Amino acid sequence: MNDPESVRRTVEAVWRIDSARMVGALARYTGDFALAEDVAQEALAEALVSWPRDGVPATPAGWLLAVARRRAIDSFRRNNTRDEKYAQLARDATAGVPAGAPDDLLDPDRVGDDRLALLFIACHPVLSKESQIALTLRVVAGLGSDQIARAFLVPVPTIQARITRAKKTLSAAGVRYGLPSAAERDERVSSVLNVIYLIFTEGANASIGDDLLAADLAIEAIRLANVMAHLDPDRPETYGLLALCELTAARFPARIGPDGEPVLLAEQDRRRWDRSAIRRGMAALAKAESFGQGLGPYGLQAAIAACHAAARSVEETDWDRIVILYEALGRIAPSPIVELNRAVAMSMAYGPQQALPIVDDLVARDVLRGSQLLPSVRGELLIRVGRRDEARQELELAARLTANSRERGVFERKIERLADDQ
Amino acid sequence: MAKYMLIMRSTDETSKMYEGVPFEEILETMGRYNDDLINAGVLLAAEGLDQGPGVVVDYEVEPPVVTDGPYGETKELFGGFWILSVASQEEAVEWAKRAPLAGPGSKVEIRRVAEIDEFPQDNEWIKRERAWREAHGQL
Repeated sequence: MNDPESVRRTVEAVWRIDSARMVGALARYTGDFALAEDVAQEALAEALVSWPRDGVPATPAGWLLAVARRRAIDSFRRNNTRDEKYAQLARDATAGVPAGAPDDLLDPDRVGDDRLALLFIACHPVLSKESQIALTLRVVAGLGSDQIARAFLVPVPTIQARITRAKKTLSAAGVRYGLPSAAERDERVSSVLNVIYLIFTEGANASIGDDLLAADLAIEAIRLANVMAHLDPDRPETYGLLALCELTAARFPARIGPDGEPVLLAEQDRRRWDRSAIRRGMAALAKAESFGQGLGPYGLQAAIAACHAAARSVEETDWDRIVILYEALGRIAPSPIVELNRAVAMSMAYGPQQALPIVDDLVARDVLRGSQLLPSVRGELLIRVGRRDEARQELELAARLTANSRERGVFERKIERLADDQ
Repeated sequence: MAKYMLIMRSTDETSKMYEGVPFEEILETMGRYNDDLINAGVLLAAEGLDQGPGVVVDYEVEPPVVTDGPYGETKELFGGFWILSVASQEEAVEWAKRAPLAGPGSKVEIRRVAEIDEFPQDNEWIKRERAWREAHGQL
């Protein structure tokens, strides 16, 4: 009856559904986010031992919360703290007076606020990016350290250490648990969106290697973006990010060939794109635009992805519009990669002659060193304008720089073709 | 991630129990639950069925017989469904336990939704279905 594997999945499921509200409730109860996360984890560990033995309790979340609360009180006693609030809680517990019965802690009206507060605390600017990512996946998405470790291909203790360090940093910085005001959220929202974006790109890049667990990270990121859009709804860039994730994920089914090789956008079988993801992405983009404040960096990238999603082929793509969007993106978030992409769009819209000066400028500025991207694009443009010797040199450089053997093969075939045509 | 359908089932007895409950209250409790599903990012689709009389087509005889119904004390009514994107059947069960449902005869059946990828991909009809799903965003 208590099949251990099934019970383990039940514990995982309860944690996934209720961890945010439990940690939130405990953080409100103790005023201490780090302690709340610790005791919630201890309760989870206890569930993994006792549920397979005694069966799953009638109210699993209530059970976990009661255990966690008891652990919190033990910790107050152990620390023998002079803090009046802790002392009061400890006295209540000793006298057998419930200081807020566990079920009262799970106030349904607070659930949304708690989840949002946790998202903002996990993405707090005092933390390093990798800590923000680990903490967000654990307390907001409800993933276990082992699941996070598998997705990022690092050992479990590494993830645990990151989370421990993050909690210490938050305590040392005196960060209190609570939902930041709208004005504070304005200041910190970019950090939250950045973490969600990084989780998405980790999933998007890693899933090339047929690692399903890593691919799930992209789905987690989309869930988090949806949570953010639902709980803090007046931010156009949240919808821009959601649109970017959906429209990028729409291409996942088409971007890996039968032998596991990456398939470039131009060669993808567009019939395999996920139409429902495109529809959701387009709706999110329309929402971002409806604010009438212009698009931010995520929104602009989503608008570019939307141009591709709407086109039946490379030839039918609205490259003029993509050029304009890259120009806008280059103004608000300038980077060599954006310039390089603008050059590619220019070559598609107006021909290689128009694109070359942009690429030559990047070469002159000596940026993107060590990457095959710049020489591969420049090589391709030089082929098209008939400067074959220079093209060959660029492609040879690109072949040396790429770490991907399949991509190297593509460059080498182009070089051979150049030689054959001569 | 897999898709699971949570199918709401009830009997006349269940309906009777809800007779005195103000509609506003039902909307609120169900709304809160749906909000939880949305906040957790698991809700893919949900529909409720009109509780007015339907018809049943019975194929036991040829040609099929059409009757009003289903009715009666023992008949189970299919009241609506949610489709969730979750990691396991256990997660679907845990969500179902949280649904604001109660009373005699009130049940939720949980079934995994078969994905089109599980059917033979070279079958002509599956190819046609896939094309329709792609065109209409139903994949």
